[in-house]
Amino acid sequence: MAVLGEQDVQHVARLARLAIPPAALSPFAQQLNEILDYVRQLQSVPTQGVGPTSHPLSLSNVMRPDLVQPSTVAQDVLAEAPARHGQLFKVPKIIDV
Amino acid sequence: MTQTNRTDSPLSQPLHQLRDRIASGAVDPRQFLNDLLTRIEQFNPSLRAYIAVDRERVQAELAERLAKGPRGRLFGVPITVKDNICVRGEQTTCASRILQGFRPPYDATVIERLAREGAVIIPHANMDEFAFGSSTENSAVGVTRNPWDPSRVPGGSSGGSAASVAADLAVAALGSDTGGSIRQPAALCGVVGMKPTYGRVSRYGLIAFASSLDQIGPITKDVTDCAELLSVLAGNDPRDSTSAPTAVPDYLAALNKPVTGMRFGLPKEYFIEGIDPEIQRAVEEAARVLESKGMKRVSVSLPHTQYAVATYYVVATAEASSNLARYDGVKYGYRGAGSSLLEMYEHTRAEGFGRESVRRIILGTYVLSHGYYDAYYLQGLKVRTLIKRDFDDAFKECDVILTPTSPSAAFKIGEKLNDPLQMYLSDIFTISANLAGIPAMSMPCGFTSSGLPIGMQLLGPSFEEARLLQVGRAYEQATEWHTRKPSLQAAEARN
Amino acid sequence: MAAYEPVIGLEVHVQLATASKLFCGCPTTFGAPANSQTCPVCLGLPGTLPVLNERAFEWGIRVALAFDCAVQPTMKFDRKQYFYPDLPKGYQISQYDQPLAQRGHLDIVVGEQTKRIGIHRIHMEEDAGKLLHDPHATASYVDFNRAGVPLLEIVSEPEMRAPEEAYQYLTELKAVLSYLDVSTCNMEEGSLRCDANVSLRPAGTTPFGAKVEIKNLNSFKAVKAAIEYEMVRQAEALDRGERIVQETRLWDAKAQTTESMRSKEGASDYRYFPEPDLVPFVIDAAHVKAVAAKLPELPAKRRARLAQQYQLPAYDASVLTQHRRLVEVFEQAVAQYGKAKPVANWVMVELMAYCNARQRDPDEITLQPVWLVHLLQAIDNATISGKMAKELFVESIEQQVDPQQIIEAKGLRQIVDTSELEKVAEDVLADNPKSVEAFRGGKQNALMFLVGQCMQRTKGKANPQSMMEILKRKLTESKEVAS
Repeated sequence: MAVLGEQDVQHVARLARLAIPPAALSPFAQQLNEILDYVRQLQSVPTQGVGPTSHPLSLSNVMRPDLVQPSTVAQDVLAEAPARHGQLFKVPKIIDV
Repeated sequence: MTQTNRTDSPLSQPLHQLRDRIASGAVDPRQFLNDLLTRIEQFNPSLRAYIAVDRERVQAELAERLAKGPRGRLFGVPITVKDNICVRGEQTTCASRILQGFRPPYDATVIERLAREGAVIIPHANMDEFAFGSSTENSAVGVTRNPWDPSRVPGGSSGGSAASVAADLAVAALGSDTGGSIRQPAALCGVVGMKPTYGRVSRYGLIAFASSLDQIGPITKDVTDCAELLSVLAGNDPRDSTSAPTAVPDYLAALNKPVTGMRFGLPKEYFIEGIDPEIQRAVEEAARVLESKGMKRVSVSLPHTQYAVATYYVVATAEASSNLARYDGVKYGYRGAGSSLLEMYEHTRAEGFGRESVRRIILGTYVLSHGYYDAYYLQGLKVRTLIKRDFDDAFKECDVILTPTSPSAAFKIGEKLNDPLQMYLSDIFTISANLAGIPAMSMPCGFTSSGLPIGMQLLGPSFEEARLLQVGRAYEQATEWHTRKPSLQAAEARN
Repeated sequence: MAAYEPVIGLEVHVQLATASKLFCGCPTTFGAPANSQTCPVCLGLPGTLPVLNERAFEWGIRVALAFDCAVQPTMKFDRKQYFYPDLPKGYQISQYDQPLAQRGHLDIVVGEQTKRIGIHRIHMEEDAGKLLHDPHATASYVDFNRAGVPLLEIVSEPEMRAPEEAYQYLTELKAVLSYLDVSTCNMEEGSLRCDANVSLRPAGTTPFGAKVEIKNLNSFKAVKAAIEYEMVRQAEALDRGERIVQETRLWDAKAQTTESMRSKEGASDYRYFPEPDLVPFVIDAAHVKAVAAKLPELPAKRRARLAQQYQLPAYDASVLTQHRRLVEVFEQAVAQYGKAKPVANWVMVELMAYCNARQRDPDEITLQPVWLVHLLQAIDNATISGKMAKELFVESIEQQVDPQQIIEAKGLRQIVDTSELEKVAEDVLADNPKSVEAFRGGKQNALMFLVGQCMQRTKGKANPQSMMEILKRKLTESKEVAS
């Protein structure tokens, strides 16, 4: 398994929309590699025929009826939004339409 | 440090006693709340158990309870709430800059349940940012100090909740537990803390860290209080698809049942090199106490214990990285500057998140990313199955499992901050319960020679919280660790 | 162009017309004020959790069965992760490796042939919000009303080989969905959306060429036009020796071209993983059977039955079954009237013409079958003329009134009393000596003019045929008299 280099950290940071200053890339990579080294021991555990546990409870088919329950929280949220334009949330212009 | 006996001060009394006295008229809830708030104002500046307390708001809520009710089983009782549990109209920030100013327009289900029983909510207790941490040092507002020794951490991530209960700045508190975040601070602060079975308590309104591991639970002064609070919190919630439909038993009825003939298991993998010998001794002494109550000691094995921390840090960070994607500055909270959307996103998140959050998001994103999913995340979920099976097998041999809660007592502030892996390993005894989804409770079982609390952990099969409370109560009746209190005056004088 | 064969696949997103959203109780109606149909869940506020809409679940199974798919015994949801302002949680709850259904098909008719197009998979997911762009501003705006609306994504196999097949596929798909009554299927409103995948390969070869995805298609016609354009563009590029770039292009409806998207961020890594906030959904065989039993008669089957039961040509059956309302009106009218072909003609010609002229969806028209029956009967017994009937038909629909009532109310019965008609003819002839001259001089269209005058005088109530005969007789009689 690959060891994380600065470019890998850069790539993953972009996927996660996190700006990491260039000076921090190397120490970050180092810390992450230590952790990855540690978790890599999982690969030595024999798991053939073992199913994954996504949910600790074995529940299934939890649903709700198709009923309308109106909510007016949008007003409260818009009132505190970082930027708004009337009843809309505002963000920097998106170029690729 | 000097320890005072709890029963001296009215503010030291446990929840069940306070509740009874309010109901009988022996205690005026307004007076009590006023005294509590005064104590908070006196000691919180140095302890920082709370992020901020709005005296007027809390007193207004009590006034409303007194005027309109409901007169439920927690009538007039103040309950402290961790900063990741949504309280309508109150800043709920997960101790993070990125949620600065966020006021949820709704209450978490647990808050509604408490309100229905007449409780008064005191928001919000300090925590590690987004619950990432075991020391509360990752809070954007600053660390909470351990009331037993202010140069030390209270544990985390529910450090504020645990410290407030230990220091009598709270009657009882809600925390959240994903890998030990209720139990470990409870142990380090000398109080009781329980992580219920996954699905026992609704997660609706709990700001998510790891969706398949998180649970809200009580942090209290004694086991009886834990049962009281759990009785209110537990139950199915149609707003949470992962909420269990299982009926809620009478937890209080379990408290006085004798434990004769019940078996407690000691997992050999938990008593290894690296634990503080004082802690090992204290837990062994606890085992002898349980035997003196008629319980039988059994040796059990949890063979996959050594993989628990690794599994957790793959599964939990993966889920966390996804749960934190919504903090993007678009609709609420902090927004960083940026003339383009990409800039806005990257600055918002880089500036809004603390170092540990960034670390976990990067790690979680990496293990889910293309090419690594099978080796890390999928493998992690499979090892999780093996860990769960270990417990299923062990519970065929015993009724509860006894372990230390934490490998060490409270450590110095700053001691583990620069070694994330070391910090992660402090969760080694608590993490497996979250992975398996089983209930676990920590309670005080002694002190180190330097006067720091030691906690023991009881684990049980899914939905057997009653059993943990039963055994815990039996132990409590034979000991008095839970009556010891830190002396804050002395600590303050020292500072 | 003949050297290449197109390989076409379609991805259709259908909004389910449930009352509430997929994971919360917000309404789903189109056109509400911005952000008025939102709640903590669909806004992705911290601490909120999704709970599946059980009607969406049921409808999903119905749709899967209507396309003959194998329904997943245990389906689950997954998170598809990417950042965009219209995606409240930073991930979309969708389905990855255990989707609702797989391996179905849709039969289409192209010309005389029936062709089976495979359906690769159908999955359920939540819709995103809407982004609005102001060309003069430096900002974009987000409306989350649409966020969380239930979607079914229907992915075809790349088995279409002509733009017309794509058009037929969409038409038939829409017909099936309208029969199931699960969606408004309206491309203008966005309840039906389509992306097309087009590649070319040398005719007779098997490996697929580089695939181009086309987005921003607003109508079935646009889909067909875009595919046609793209086929030409790719063929010309290949002829020039160029490699086709695998990319996403946008259809420009004004220019009628496809354009490359301006920024390319590289292939997205969606980092799918099982949604931990939702439990798995078991769909057992008994459940599937129960849903199958309640499926309505679907278009293909109905077409075959109509052709057979009513002795209709395939074309008629095809047009009639396109819309569920149409076919219901047809069958009920025939049941009362007795004869199929006249009813078929009226529905196919007059009703469709009305809908097209008024830009109305046939499924929205309320036409009581008995009105059509009364209309046809009135023509049969010469109460009204065919021309009058057409006008009455329109009025009937607009006023929502039985044509019989209009006939009575307005006194529109054709004049059948010949003495009355004779009188009219005499008056008209008397008033138009020039036309009479012209006719006698050999101008046949003078007769038509005179008939028209009679129609005017009787306000259209004269039977034109009878009028013509009476006039002719009178003209020739008087001619004989004159000469």
